[in-house]
This record gives sequence, C-alpha cells and structure tokens, in this order.
Amino acid sequence: MSRELTYAEAVREAIDLAMARDERVFLIGEDVGVYGGAFGVTDGLYQKYGPERVRDTPISEAVIAGVATGAALTGMRPIAEIQFMDFITLSMEQLVLQAAKLRFMLGGKVQVPFVLRTPAGAGTGAAAQHSESLENWFVHVPGLKVVMPSTPADAKGLLLASIEDPNPVIFVEHKLLYRTKGAVPEGYYTIPLSQTEVKRVGRDLTIVATSLMVVRALEAAETLAKEGIEVEVVDPRTLKPLDAEPIVRSVCKTGRVLIVHEACKTGGFGGELAAVIAESEAFDYLDAPIRRLAGLDIPVPYNRELERRMVPQVEDIVDAARRLVKEAR
Amino acid sequence: MNQSFADLSPERLRALLHQMMLIRAFEEAAEQLYLQGLIHGTMHLSVGQEASAVGACAALRPTDYILSTHRGHGHCIAKGARVDLMMAEFFGKETGYCRGRGGSMHMADVDTGNLGANGIVAGGVPMAAGVGLSIRMQQQDRVVLVFFGDGATNEGAFHESLNLAAIWNLPVIYFCENNQYAMSMAIARASKVEKLSDRACAYGIPGVTVDGNDLLAVYCATKEAVERARSGGGPTLIEAQTYRWKGHSKSDKQRYRTKEEVKAWQERDPIARLAQKMLEASLLTEADLQHLQARVDEEIAAAVAFAKASPEPDPATIFEGVYA
Ligand SMILES: Cc1ncc(C[n+]2csc(CCOP(=O)(O)OP(=O)(O)O)c2C)c(N)n1
Ligand SMILES: [Mg+2]
Repeated sequence: MSRELTYAEAVREAIDLAMARDERVFLIGEDVGVYGGAFGVTDGLYQKYGPERVRDTPISEAVIAGVATGAALTGMRPIAEIQFMDFITLSMEQLVLQAAKLRFMLGGKVQVPFVLRTPAGAGTGAAAQHSESLENWFVHVPGLKVVMPSTPADAKGLLLASIEDPNPVIFVEHKLLYRTKGAVPEGYYTIPLSQTEVKRVGRDLTIVATSLMVVRALEAAETLAKEGIEVEVVDPRTLKPLDAEPIVRSVCKTGRVLIVHEACKTGGFGGELAAVIAESEAFDYLDAPIRRLAGLDIPVPYNRELERRMVPQVEDIVDAARRLVKEAR
Repeated sequence: MNQSFADLSPERLRALLHQMMLIRAFEEAAEQLYLQGLIHGTMHLSVGQEASAVGACAALRPTDYILSTHRGHGHCIAKGARVDLMMAEFFGKETGYCRGRGGSMHMADVDTGNLGANGIVAGGVPMAAGVGLSIRMQQQDRVVLVFFGDGATNEGAFHESLNLAAIWNLPVIYFCENNQYAMSMAIARASKVEKLSDRACAYGIPGVTVDGNDLLAVYCATKEAVERARSGGGPTLIEAQTYRWKGHSKSDKQRYRTKEEVKAWQERDPIARLAQKMLEASLLTEADLQHLQARVDEEIAAAVAFAKASPEPDPATIFEGVYA
C-alpha cells in the first residue's frame, strides 16, 4: 500500500521508522527538536522520542560532525542534520579527514555508520551563503557515500538504506523538493544504494539528472514528447559509489546524452559523469558530443531573476535537448 | 551636562534616538513588504535590539570598521548607511548597496566602514582579527567592532579569533548581542557559562556584560573598549543582554518561548526607555518626539518609493563581480 506524501514527510517517516526499530539511531543537529528543523523535516520527533534521542546542539557544525563520527565509531547509529548544506563547510575536517578515512587508516578494524542529512540548493531567495550545492566535494572523497534522492519514495527508501549502511553517508535533500508530493509505500523498506534508476524510457536522447533536476528533466520530457522527441531520464540517485551501467546502457541506446545538475558546472558531478560515459563502450555509440547543462559558475545571486538564471530551468533543459537531438558528431 | 547621559550632547542624543526609531521603522516596513510579496527570501529582524546597535556604533568614528550579522539592518543604519539604498537592496535592485546580489543577509556599506552582514553564524568573527591586524600593520588610527549573537559563541572560530586577537593585542571589540536565543536554542541550554562575557577570561582579555536595552550603558561600555583598543590595550568582549521581539526569521512558529516572556521584554523597549529618560531630563518634548516619528516615516516612505522605482540588474551582468 502506498499513499501520497511530501518529500519532507517521507524523510521524516524514514527517520521515525529507523528510530522505532533501532535504539542506536538518534538525531542530532541545530533546532531539530521543538522547532522541528529549519524546514520542518523533524517535526514531532522530539515529542515522540524525547530529548535523549532528538538532540538540539549549539551552533557548532564541527562538533556535530565529530559527535556523529565518534558515536558511530563506538556502536551508535547517528543521523546528523546540517541545517543548510552551506554550513557543512564548517564540518569538513571531521567528515573528510576523520569519518571518511578512519576505517581504512585503522586497517579495516572499525566502521563509521552515520548519515549526515542536509538541504541543498537555490530557489528560495536566500542568496550566496544559503543556497549551495556542494555534493561533488564529497564525491571526491574515498570512504564517503553520497546520496541525492529526487522523489519522496526514493527519499524514504534511500534514507533507510543509508541508515543501515555501515559507512558515513552524505544525504543531500533539496529545499525545493520538500513540498513535492508522490506515492510512498507504507512501512519499512529500503532502496539499495548505488542503484541508478531510469525514471522515463525514451529512444532519442538520454538525460542524466540529479535531485531537483530530475523533476525538471521529466517535465521537459513531457514538452519534448509533444514535439516527437522521446527522452530517457536517468537518475543515479547515489552519486558515489556510482552505478554506471544503466547510464552507459541508456547512452548506447539513444546515442545522445545531456547531463543536468544544479551545482556550478566547473568541477561539478557532470564532469565525472561525462568522463564515465566517454570511457565506456557508449563512446562508440555517441552521435553527438556529450553535453552538460549546469549551474552558472557564480555564487547564487539574491535577485530573483538572476537567481533563476543561475540554475537550469525546465525551458533551458527543453532548449538544450532540442539542440542536442539535431547535433551530429 | 547631565551625568546620566555620559558625554553625549542633547543634539547627539536626539540623533541617536532618531537612528533607533529609523531602524525600527525600516524593519517594520520591510516585514510588511515581505508579507505583501514584494520582497523574497528571508529576513532577520532586530526589533527590540536597537539600543545595542546604536549604542555600540555611537562609540565608533566614521573611519572605524564594523562587521555585522544576519540580523544586521540595525548595525548598518547605526554605522551611517542610507535607508533608500538598503531598501533597494532588499528589493534586489541594481541601485542597492550590493547591486541586488546580496540582499538582507549581505547588506554592506563599505564607505561607512560596514564590511558587511553575514549569512554565516560567527562568519565575521575570524575576519575581525584580520581587520584588526591590518589596521595594526598599516599603523592606522582605527578599530574594528564585530557584532555577533549569543549563538555564535559556540562556533569554534569564535574561540580561535578571540585567542589570536588577545595574544596579538589587536584593536578589536567583540560585541555579543545576547538576545537569549539562537533560533530555538535558549542560551541557558547552549552554554553553562552564566555570563557570556565571562568567557573573556579564557583568553586573558577584559569582558563586560551590559543592559543591551539601555543605550547609555551600551555606549559607555563600548566607548571604554574602543579607547582601550585604540590605545594599544587589545581586545574586549562585550555582552549586551537584549531580546528579539520577532521570530528568528520569517518561518518561525516560536514554540520555544512564551508570549509572557516576549511581553515582559517588550516592556523594556529600548526606544521608549531613552525617549522617557530624555523627556524627564527635558532634553526632548512630546512635540519633538512626534516630529521625529514623522521624519522617520517620511524617510522610510521615500526609501520604499526609491526602491520600487529602481531598475532590476541587467541579466547580461550576471557574471560580474565573481573575480576582481
Ligand atoms: C554556521 C551557521 N550555522 C547555522 C546557521 C543557521 N542560523 C542562522 S541564524 C541562527 C541563529 C543565530 O543565533 P545568534 O548567533 O544568537 O543570533 P540571533 O539570530 O539570535 O541574532 C542559525 C542557527 C547559520 N546561518 N550559519
Ligand atoms: Mg541570539
């Protein structure tokens, strides 16, 4: 059985189920308690599980990441929240130099099973220090997993899988997705990490998109379908470790690929995806160059129109797709 | 000279009262415009905290620097910014202080020494040590005052900055606006230290706690710290005890505090307190007060009109300003 939930509700339900099932799971972060989290995601959990397991912290992102690492190292299963992904910059040392590497450095004798949830993305008028999409920083770090769900059902199943996973997982939510709705199965279920999903089948062009851009790509695909362009939309869901095979297979089929993400283009995940495709057997099937559509290489502007232009919109995806299907190698 | 007004002349006092009233009017107008959908994003209002912004900046010279916070409209106005250019920034217009790129959380007026609000809690605190060092190395007759909230004192960077400024004897005034909460986190839950100024002893520098809703108390404490910094005596930590009347931002249900608590603090309104004190000392008449209010209302109306009439940034300039 499933019913409609928002993305935020789906995330909350996953946390609730994990906490009910496993006493080692606890929640830590700024204003996650009575306030219910800056975006209301943890609303009601404090009332249900109490201050021992739903822990408000002072504004101290370094120690939030540190507490998650230390507690995970010694038998607990923390879910840490960093209020905006921008503030993860203050957690970097514990995440990158400690949590990610501890198992390896200690010869495989320990594990660090925690999830760090954080909302990313622009579109709320919150300007340059509250709109970052920094996922690719973490993709670059061996030992960390990076998950970026695009639908409520994925958010729930992937979060539960992330909590079960014996490694540190950076779980990136998108602020503009929180209110989107979708069918979500009831009860406990997991969606395996590192499992790319084809969200829409098509023959003319592959769009590989992440997070909010999956939703926009699917909308663009509807428009394009009316023009006779059949787009295949592929969502990696887990950025690291990446399940490349379905992406490669799709590109072999369509011969054209457009990669779409919100983060700045230079150094973004799209570069990695393009390289993976170029290095694969799909190279021989490409009828046109691999194209990327991504955030402009600027900080996120406050002005509404500039902010809108900074991030790929549905019409930008439609345009890029139209051009790409006409391109030849 | 009336002893209870320190070295402030009646004209100066009226100017400071005007500034406090202007801050409140600016923020109340901004809130209304937000509710009308004319301004997007979020905003952090400092209504109820005007005395700490104005009292602190009153002790500075125009050439001195400040670093501000996400709750920074008051600091900006107190340091001498123009409300029309601030309002235009709020509207995201090209004529705004940051050409519409920054908005409320990044409001800055470099010409009046305001190096900027900050979206990051404690974001300005480490930079303050750098500004202090730069002043020292260039042998300038300046100081820097950095504003931050109670919540900022639990970031690691806060401690690193105070320690460094202390050992290098830098001309920095660390000004903590303790408004009792960091979002939903009451300071009593976030710190075991009863007075945040007590933290100064960990760095071997002076610390003082003042009534942040008393303009004169704030002014006097800051003046002393500024004189110390200017004469080579190093940094000071000031804690101004105050309260924010409004929610943390535009999405706060305020479940973490009671209406009674808010009401009790509203009775300690910093603006009404100064006005009352000046009325009693015959430094102000009721007519003066009405006149001041009318002037403030006009200034805000003009600012809103200016902002509305201003042009949007040209999208062709979107890449400007990323690199020098
Ligand atoms: C590094 C960082 N962490 C968290 C936040 C989110 N946030 C913005 S303001 C705020 C509360 C700040 O409290 P305080 O420093 O006391 O200032 P106040 O809001 O009370 O003026 C929080 C948690 C942020 N902007 N930056
Ligand atoms: Mg505070």
